[in-house]
Amino acid sequence: MPAYKKRGSQTVVFEDPPVITSWASIVGPKEGQGPWGGDFDQVLPDYLLGEKTWEKAERKMLQQAVSLALSKRDLQVDDAEVILAGDLLNQTVSANYAARELARPFLGLYGACSTMAEALLLGAMLVDGKFFNRLVSATSSHHYAASRQYRFPTEQGTQSTPSTQWTATAAGAVVLEWEGVGPRVTAATIGKVVDLGQTDIADMGSAMAPAAAHTLKTHLEDLELLPDYYDLILTGDLARVGMAIAEQLFIRDGLVPRPNYSDCGVLLYDEKQDVDAGGCGCGCAAAMLCGPLLKKMLAGEINKLLLVATGALMSPTMSFQGESIPGIAHAVAIEN
Amino acid sequence: MNVDAKKMHQIEIQEYQNLVDGIKPKPDVLKNCIWAFLVGGAICALGQLMLNYLLSLGMSRIDASSTVSCIMIFLAAFFTGIGIYDELGKRAGAGSIVPITGFANAIVASAMEYKREGYIFGVGARIFSVAGPTLVFGFAVAVLIGLIKVFLSS
Repeated sequence: MPAYKKRGSQTVVFEDPPVITSWASIVGPKEGQGPWGGDFDQVLPDYLLGEKTWEKAERKMLQQAVSLALSKRDLQVDDAEVILAGDLLNQTVSANYAARELARPFLGLYGACSTMAEALLLGAMLVDGKFFNRLVSATSSHHYAASRQYRFPTEQGTQSTPSTQWTATAAGAVVLEWEGVGPRVTAATIGKVVDLGQTDIADMGSAMAPAAAHTLKTHLEDLELLPDYYDLILTGDLARVGMAIAEQLFIRDGLVPRPNYSDCGVLLYDEKQDVDAGGCGCGCAAAMLCGPLLKKMLAGEINKLLLVATGALMSPTMSFQGESIPGIAHAVAIEN
Repeated sequence: MNVDAKKMHQIEIQEYQNLVDGIKPKPDVLKNCIWAFLVGGAICALGQLMLNYLLSLGMSRIDASSTVSCIMIFLAAFFTGIGIYDELGKRAGAGSIVPITGFANAIVASAMEYKREGYIFGVGARIFSVAGPTLVFGFAVAVLIGLIKVFLSS
């Protein structure tokens, strides 16, 4: 039987679009002070959550986001048939250890900061494919846990550059079901790894922008859509530098998604919050989606959303060995 | 990839680099230099003040220099511990990294960060994760210069 849900080269459309019946977001103090602070379910008072390490705090945050998303629909953790989750840390420890506590069947994912879209699109496939009735897709990131792994010890006095991004302390979780009330995941485009030779480890935006442009172009071509089909096209975490570059790439590709194009990394923080180019991290797109965006979809302010979550597949080891930084972007269409 | 495709990819990479170079904001060098000058200068002036004071107490120059170094290292470690030195470093850059206080900051920050992995695999193994290269190449250069001196004077 041919792949009748596939469109074009990289896109799938869902036959019975899975429903996002519930969602939850938990963010750190800095994200809470940002322009969308009031739209998140929970703003943490500190970065440790009563734990002893950043890593343990992150996994607790992820675990709580999953439980909260389920409990908002009066469900227990045991009602989730599968959990798909990922994060930024080595061996995706936050997701693995959160899954240990949640004790549900689990698929761990890694797509750097694109993981939320990866988890969503795989989740939607599992539900639309009638393998499961209800599952949870979730991701998290923690500023200080990521900082010590990818950059420097947190108390080290280093100077950032204007293209540096601030890893968000945030977690987001969505409950996907085959029936229910809520926005639906209608289509998804699986991104290609694109690498245009960027090597600056203080600039993930430039590394990811070509992947975002490629995925968006492919998505629209595969579905034969114009950019204005969507009320809002949001890239994951290109931040100000990457977004400016992506806009140039869109123009080159003949796409002009403005004014309904923006970027989660640009939106998450206020410019005054000392975050240089903007936000990044798995939690950035996840919290924006599970906070303000789905809220606006529920209120009918946005009816057609395309989330193009972007990931810089950066590894300090590979960078030190002289490799460039590959980027990836997955697109997920969410419609009312 | 055949030769043509490889060439095309190279051109694409070059074109993209040009685009990035045109858009990516450059660090504000003048502002960074002023900050580095003021903060680095202030740290050095503080050291000099201490040195002058100790000399005025009648301490020998060698003893006074060592004492000032110890005090500066202690202060940097202290301010790293209470979470102030990294805030300073964000603004001052080289101004707070280059003096001996920056070296202390790098070591204490690593010690604090990796303490969570225990004293052996954390603090012990990783305390020089940032300062290590300075030590290794500092020692290497010292040995090299020492050897040159030995040869020149023999």
